[in-house]
Amino acid sequence: MIEMKGVTKVYQKGVQALTNINLKIEKGEFVFLVGPSGAGKSTFIKLILKEEGPSEGKILIDNEDITELSRRRIPYLRRNIGVIFQDFRLLPNKTVFENVAFAMQIIEASSKDIRRQVPMVLGMVGLSERASQYPHQLSGGERQRVSIARAIVNNPSILIADEPTGNLDPETAWEIMKVLRQINRRGTTILMATHAKEIVDVMQQRVIALERGKIVRDQQRGAYGYED
Amino acid sequence: MSIASIGSVAASLVVLGVIITLVLNINNVADLTQMQFDSIQVYLQEDLNQNQIQEIGQSIALIEGIENVEYESKEQALKNMKERWGQQGYLLEFLENNPLPNSFIVHMESLEQADGIVAELQKLNGIDEIKYYKEIIENLLRIAKFIRTIGLVLILVLILVAMFIISNTIKLTLNARRQEINIMKYVGATNWFIRWPFVLEGVILGLAGAIIALVVVYFGYQFTFQVISERFTIVVSAYMISVKAMMSKTITMFTVLGAGVGALGSFISLRKHLRV
Repeated sequence: MIEMKGVTKVYQKGVQALTNINLKIEKGEFVFLVGPSGAGKSTFIKLILKEEGPSEGKILIDNEDITELSRRRIPYLRRNIGVIFQDFRLLPNKTVFENVAFAMQIIEASSKDIRRQVPMVLGMVGLSERASQYPHQLSGGERQRVSIARAIVNNPSILIADEPTGNLDPETAWEIMKVLRQINRRGTTILMATHAKEIVDVMQQRVIALERGKIVRDQQRGAYGYED
Repeated sequence: MSIASIGSVAASLVVLGVIITLVLNINNVADLTQMQFDSIQVYLQEDLNQNQIQEIGQSIALIEGIENVEYESKEQALKNMKERWGQQGYLLEFLENNPLPNSFIVHMESLEQADGIVAELQKLNGIDEIKYYKEIIENLLRIAKFIRTIGLVLILVLILVAMFIISNTIKLTLNARRQEINIMKYVGATNWFIRWPFVLEGVILGLAGAIIALVVVYFGYQFTFQVISERFTIVVSAYMISVKAMMSKTITMFTVLGAGVGALGSFISLRKHLRV
């Protein structure tokens, strides 16, 4: 599903963010991306989302070479990849329903499809009652669930979570992980960058550890491995 | 900022309108006068007898490039002037002596030959003055061209200013909606999907400016038309292009230019401030 071959990324100031990355993530996997700050996790994610292009190497998503993807086709790549962030990134002036529907409006889905699909994903994340409320009326955990709903409403094959539990207390964090696990069971490949040691240790999924731009560990059923 | 945008577009277009008005009217006057003045008026000296006058007439007729020659006696000249003056014609009755000379009106085959014909006429005796209008027409056309050139430069500058102001106005909206745009990009909105509201905003600003300019030009021209008609009874206003004709020429032009400047200003801003 996600494949990197000899990927290196050097930024203009000469900073080598990633060096010779080789990996393969199969469809349906749940992968944790761990490592100290500055190890290259953000760069890794940016490369998958085509926010940046690799300096060397090839990247394949769903068997399609996206290394040289034209600017025009990037939006279509991203429609197949859901993203959630540490800071949720919801639109404050739209209701929960509207925030999720936004993702469907952007791909010009019909009102009929929107009316059908949005309540369904809201149900999946357990927010059906909150549909007409605004983000500021929700708790952190609920906001993150709205983000998740928005990220999956268009049925992407990949979901990227960039520190999704960073702003949440441990109990809420686990609620989010339950939702993510459920989504993963339905077949969505999940890549989660995180500092949450406890979560990684308990989940026993594949762990890819980055240090200074290189993969130092790639274990199935791995542990977090750092002391922080 | 929106007011500044609309104002700058309106200002450019109003200046454009003024220039167009001037140029079109001058060209119109030149055309009309050219039609009426494809003739040379040859004023004769005061104390010629009938024979001498006839001789001169025959000599003139021999000159190459002349279509025909008409004789206008001083009495006839006075009568014609009285008619042209219309209401004020009665004033001429107070004249004790007829100050107008006898003259021959020489119709030329074409304006180009005027110089040659005038040279020939100057060789004849008994001629007091030769009035011919090619110079006036050429001067008019020269003024028109001058106004047009300066006008175009001015308008170009104003349009660039307008585009700059609009581009900055759009930048404000861009910044205000940056968060939303960021999310749109992650969710996979196409570039055009993100762009179009801003382009629309630019076009609307431009069109608003165009509408204001049209209103200003309309009332301004109408006012000018009236003032000229009232203060200059000699049929100057007949030489002016009608308000209706003027507006029909400018409406399409202003609308297209206004929308165009607005859209362009928007694009410039998008290109500079948005990584779409």
